[in-house]
Amino acid sequence: MMNRKKKIVIIGGGLAGLALAMKFCERNGEVTVVSYQSLKRSHSVCAQGGINAAIDAKNEGDTPEKHFYDTIKGGDFLAHQPLVRDMCFQAPAIIHLMDRMGVAFNRTGEGHLDFRRFGGTLFNRTAFAGATTGQQLVYALDEQVRRNIHDGNATALEWHEYLGAVLDSDGICRGAVIHDLKTDEIYTLPADAVVLATGGPGQVYGRSTNSVVNTGAAATTAYLQGAKYANGEFIQIHPTAIPGQDKLRLMSESARGEGGRVWVPRKANDNREPKKIPESDRFYFLEEKYPLFKNLVPRDVASREIYDIVYNQKMGVSGDPMVYLDLTHKSREFLDNRLGGIMDIYTKFTGVDPREQPMKIFPAVHYSMGGLWTDYGPDQHGLIDHGSPRNQMTSITGLFAAGEADYQYHGANRLGANSLLSCIYTGLMMARGIMNYTDSLEKSVDDIPSTVFDDARNHWKTRFKEIKKMKGHENPYQLHQELGEVMLANVLIVRDNESLEKATQAINDIEDRFKDVECVDTSDWANPSPSFINQLFCMIHLSKIITKGALLRDEFRGSHYKPDFDLKQPKDFDPHEYIDYLEQKQYGEISENKFPEGHLEYMKRFEENNVKWLKTTVAQFKDNKPDITYEEVNTSLITPRPRKYD
Amino acid sequence: MTDKKISFKIKRQDKPGSPSYWQNFQVPFKPFANIISCLMEIQKNPTTQAGKTVNPVTWDCNCLEEVCGSCTMVINGKVRQACTALVDNLEQPIALEPMSKFPVVRDLQVNRSRMFENLKKVKAWIEIDGSHDIGEGATMPDSDRAKRYVMSECMTCGCCLEACPQFTLNNSFMGAATFNQVRLFNLHPTGSMNKEERLDAVMGEGGITDCGNAQVCVEVCPKNIPLTESIADIGRQTSWQLIKNLLIK
Repeated sequence: MMNRKKKIVIIGGGLAGLALAMKFCERNGEVTVVSYQSLKRSHSVCAQGGINAAIDAKNEGDTPEKHFYDTIKGGDFLAHQPLVRDMCFQAPAIIHLMDRMGVAFNRTGEGHLDFRRFGGTLFNRTAFAGATTGQQLVYALDEQVRRNIHDGNATALEWHEYLGAVLDSDGICRGAVIHDLKTDEIYTLPADAVVLATGGPGQVYGRSTNSVVNTGAAATTAYLQGAKYANGEFIQIHPTAIPGQDKLRLMSESARGEGGRVWVPRKANDNREPKKIPESDRFYFLEEKYPLFKNLVPRDVASREIYDIVYNQKMGVSGDPMVYLDLTHKSREFLDNRLGGIMDIYTKFTGVDPREQPMKIFPAVHYSMGGLWTDYGPDQHGLIDHGSPRNQMTSITGLFAAGEADYQYHGANRLGANSLLSCIYTGLMMARGIMNYTDSLEKSVDDIPSTVFDDARNHWKTRFKEIKKMKGHENPYQLHQELGEVMLANVLIVRDNESLEKATQAINDIEDRFKDVECVDTSDWANPSPSFINQLFCMIHLSKIITKGALLRDEFRGSHYKPDFDLKQPKDFDPHEYIDYLEQKQYGEISENKFPEGHLEYMKRFEENNVKWLKTTVAQFKDNKPDITYEEVNTSLITPRPRKYD
Repeated sequence: MTDKKISFKIKRQDKPGSPSYWQNFQVPFKPFANIISCLMEIQKNPTTQAGKTVNPVTWDCNCLEEVCGSCTMVINGKVRQACTALVDNLEQPIALEPMSKFPVVRDLQVNRSRMFENLKKVKAWIEIDGSHDIGEGATMPDSDRAKRYVMSECMTCGCCLEACPQFTLNNSFMGAATFNQVRLFNLHPTGSMNKEERLDAVMGEGGITDCGNAQVCVEVCPKNIPLTESIADIGRQTSWQLIKNLLIK
């Protein structure tokens, strides 16, 4: 046992990082939060619609167990089940905690928390604060962390960038290399553990719903230092965003949760004003095709349908790649109260009031289900041991990951309003494990020779010196845009191996051109260019992980849709048939004629496909490229079965 | 129309304390362009209108949808977020300047840490017992929630302070954003338990009595927070507190 406080460095001031900082301080630890900018401005503020917890406030019979099932099914069974189950069971306590911290959640007539619908479930399970829930949750956690800073338990290093982990001779992480974005100074922070709560990688696609800081660089650096990166190819495309030059702005799923309807004119190129088009001439394609979940099918399903309407059916609004998201049947007062934040965003960026006119939207890159491979510690019942040092640890000992930067909670497709939950859950849950981890170490960071830190610092100092010397012909920002265009054109909603091969080649070309980059600013004060060039380098490697994972995975699962490998579920198929089938198989004989025509063959295909592909993709950096292997998924609690939402 | 351009004049400064200077830029016109997308174009081609290659302009931004507060700057003389400043609605050449009430870091970047320090001074948080599971939070009428929600949308952007005649680079005035936070937390059932501490913090130097009632803060707030109501309310709360302090102490 150490005679001092245990100290951790948390990289990232979003929900996961702040939740952990608060919890670790509470456990009498010493915390340094490193943030690319001022705390309070992290990407988590962009989350709009809400956070899930099966509190069953509306007496619908919702339970955490059902939340667990919806999440696993929504993720097409690719998530480790014990962890997801634990998250769903902790969710009600998390919401109550956030409420106690003063989050202005919308309330019922009696003054309790109100809940609304979201995608992939039939229950009102989503707590919300208008349509800026992420912002409100960040503020509440930020306030608690600020309180700890005020009380001397925590330090914030704002305007600092994480460059890499300090690894000792045994490969154990002993601290972080930090770059002061103002003074340009590079130094190390020794720590008992380092946590990457650095969010997602949307910038790899250039334009997405993500913020500017979401380059995925920190996670990629960990990968380049030997950490495993998992399920990289599973990128969520959100069905509803406003197209834009600099960013594709999210229009929350809560718009549909509150009654928003998606439609296009039945006749292609019907150029009438949308409000002049009568009901009978409107094609509510999600409602027609999915009578049970209607507009609230999971995101992967909705995005594919919109893509199909626009590109295969050629029915986009005015021939453009857009469909209507319509809330005009709701009252102004209702919309302002429950969706005010997004109503304002739409108005400000398009000049059109969505309370009066249907919004025009299109899918956009939104979230990475994949991320750094992380571990968890099972207890004797096969559930989660909250004290296990393995929880959220990457494959580098002492380096942890949390929030969107990890991969464990959403499988092949994330359900709406589960990301805020997984971020806060991981942050809170992992604190005890990290405490125990530091106790379990034979050598403390205090016993590590200073040369280990000197070497790490010097490595990065040299690297930045070299970047500043780059005097080629390529503008790094331009090259980034081109990388994004390659990814958007080839690694998006509908994937095929020919395009993925093409993308691989194009990324290699960009990697070659990267060597000819010009460092467009070499000054030594508040200079973002060298950092950006390093981030671009990381994004190139991350794009390789995503693309190669997608190329190798010859199947259709969740957000990863390869039509060539679609198992073609029969229209009248009932997922329960598959459970019957498995049972019959267990008892020996399967009666061919018990199932409708074609169903047995489909189920056999499904089963075979799972044997091959119901696996976590694991990428490791080898010979300058990702080496891909596969790992078993823990499906111990719910039998994987075909998904269906109609 | 391919050669249509958007013109800018941008006030630049290399580091704190160094002299500022103006540079003109032109970027290709694109529909729905905003200030950020234009600044991104300048990064891709950092050449002034006069044809001189320069360091790209630096600025702060993150979310690009007006919820993070980062990209606040003075655009054609008006303080606002650059992301929601659509070029089509702006007269050209578009003048970009850093906020004047905060120390310049570089170009359009300023240091707003004073705002965050003020949040500490007024203890802008709820004193929870701990983050362990101790059940539900306090119930409250949705109308109170709605009042708090509007106030809690403050993104610490600094617009209200840039516009405020009382708030200067060198004085200690806290300003509307901070007073609004005091009201936000005093209105919460648990937060109100520490009401007096917060009020004491805004009754000293730089506190509520320094407000000159110019009422411009509320006009520039991008989130339409009723800042003057918050100031008036905190004025009332501190008056009672003053009387109470006199009677008790």
